Amino acid sequence: MLIRIPRRSDCIEAQVTPEATYLDRRRFIQRATAVATALSGLPAVSYAEVGRYAEVEPVSAPAWLQAKLQQASWESVTVKDEAVTPFADATHYNNFYEFGPDKGDPARNASQMVTEPWVVTVDGEVARPGQYSVEDLFSPAQLEERIYRLRCVEAWSMVIPWLGVPLAEIIRRLEPTSEARFVRFETLSRPEQMPGMRSGFSLIDWPYVEGLRMDEAMHPLTLMAVGMYGRILPEQNGAPLRLVVPWKYGFKSIKSIVRITFVREKPATTWQSMAPEEYGFFANVNPDVSHPRWSQARERRLPGSLFSPNVRETRMFNGYADEVGGLYVGMDLSKNY
Amino acid sequence: MRYPRWRLLLFVCALGVPVYWLYLGAVGALGPDPGKVLVDNVGQAALVMLLSSLGMTPLQRITHWTGWITFRRQLGLWSFAYAAMHVTAYLYFVLGLDFGDFPTELAERPYIAVGVIAFIGLLALAATSSRWSIRKLGKRWKTLHRIVYLNVLVVLLHMLWVVRSDIGCWSLYAAIAATLLAARLPIVRRRFAARCSRKRAAYEGKQIGGGVENNR
Repeated sequence: MLIRIPRRSDCIEAQVTPEATYLDRRRFIQRATAVATALSGLPAVSYAEVGRYAEVEPVSAPAWLQAKLQQASWESVTVKDEAVTPFADATHYNNFYEFGPDKGDPARNASQMVTEPWVVTVDGEVARPGQYSVEDLFSPAQLEERIYRLRCVEAWSMVIPWLGVPLAEIIRRLEPTSEARFVRFETLSRPEQMPGMRSGFSLIDWPYVEGLRMDEAMHPLTLMAVGMYGRILPEQNGAPLRLVVPWKYGFKSIKSIVRITFVREKPATTWQSMAPEEYGFFANVNPDVSHPRWSQARERRLPGSLFSPNVRETRMFNGYADEVGGLYVGMDLSKNY
Repeated sequence: MRYPRWRLLLFVCALGVPVYWLYLGAVGALGPDPGKVLVDNVGQAALVMLLSSLGMTPLQRITHWTGWITFRRQLGLWSFAYAAMHVTAYLYFVLGLDFGDFPTELAERPYIAVGVIAFIGLLALAATSSRWSIRKLGKRWKTLHRIVYLNVLVVLLHMLWVVRSDIGCWSLYAAIAATLLAARLPIVRRRFAARCSRKRAAYEGKQIGGGVENNR
């Protein structure tokens, strides 16, 4: 099924990052090489995927996914005139508290997580409950590359090229019943492979839980990702499958999913249960709703440097207002934050 | 003042730390969000210096080396200097020098208001740290500088409010602060002094005993 997404969320000219800041010479050369290789007619399939982005650590994908990568629809959604965050930054500056509280902890510790085999339990108000492998969930669909802005509730942001399929396609195949009003997601809970879970000082109640309203889950922008930067997801970014909801704060985009439950009632989610006055269920990016810890009016687009902190205005629904604004018509967003 | 070399060494080290962090930031070794790392690091360094300054008096009592006391003022001033860097880094990296938003920040984020109170406290202590102030203020100087104990608690509250998921690091600072503050309680001081004098008495007794043995 082809979903056409209008590019009205594209950035305005004033927000364009200066070219000199971002034009990465190596990336340019790599792309040029990829083009040259393609022109010379050499088989360059697997090389071209990783070669799309500079300095990506190549990694072998499972066979089924390797085949899909070659058929992927590249850049099916992009952000105009915004530079993609370097791979090293997107993979070494993460919040994945199961692996520790510091931004560098996930990159250090997440390789301990065993992601194969991986079982996703589907249950609740659904016609086809059961235990699914990642391949089962993704198999008939074509992978799409979608370059989305990612806005963390901590007031930093990145631009990431994800690889995945619209969550709606997966949900349709699972056939939720008419009783299903919300979708609840759960992250892997395996303390022996997740050092952050073993910390006696952690305030988080595991396992990590997130949820979406059914119409949010079915929205064409909502993506279930298996890869990024032309390769499979690194463990610290939520391997082997994670949610990407670009108009919501990053914590809604739950990682390393092991359970998808279709429910009638709004599920109790991790951050909201922990600090309801700070984190709402909807968690839509909204510069007008202040958070007790961080101003949401602006954000630091990473990578920043000492000489240019790269602070910019945050946009309503992270710049996706035209696409998703309709989901919240009539709702008081200052109360339903 | 005594021990000028030790004090110079302390000065160089304390100056070297933020310079080193700036260098790491400039060469890209602090990751994609170097500003935030600097804000956090100098903030924690200010707390470390504050706790260190509180540690000098107990150290002097335990070790009987009077040199510790000569570092106390410098450590306190470094705590203020780091706090000033923390505020500057916050204004530049987090607020993007958008000063118009600062009043909103103060009103909406209590931890920032608490941080401002802590900073004003440190400013008052730093401003009255000169010999001239000590002379001028006389007895009131000591009373004024006792607000440092309160200031530690305010700083810890400021940090606690920022903690998002893991309270381990904060707990360590809080435990150290609790120990240092407890060392000021009269009852603890009396007990400690009593133990010291007992020990000294025992030590001197042994000396005498040993002497007797030698005489035999």
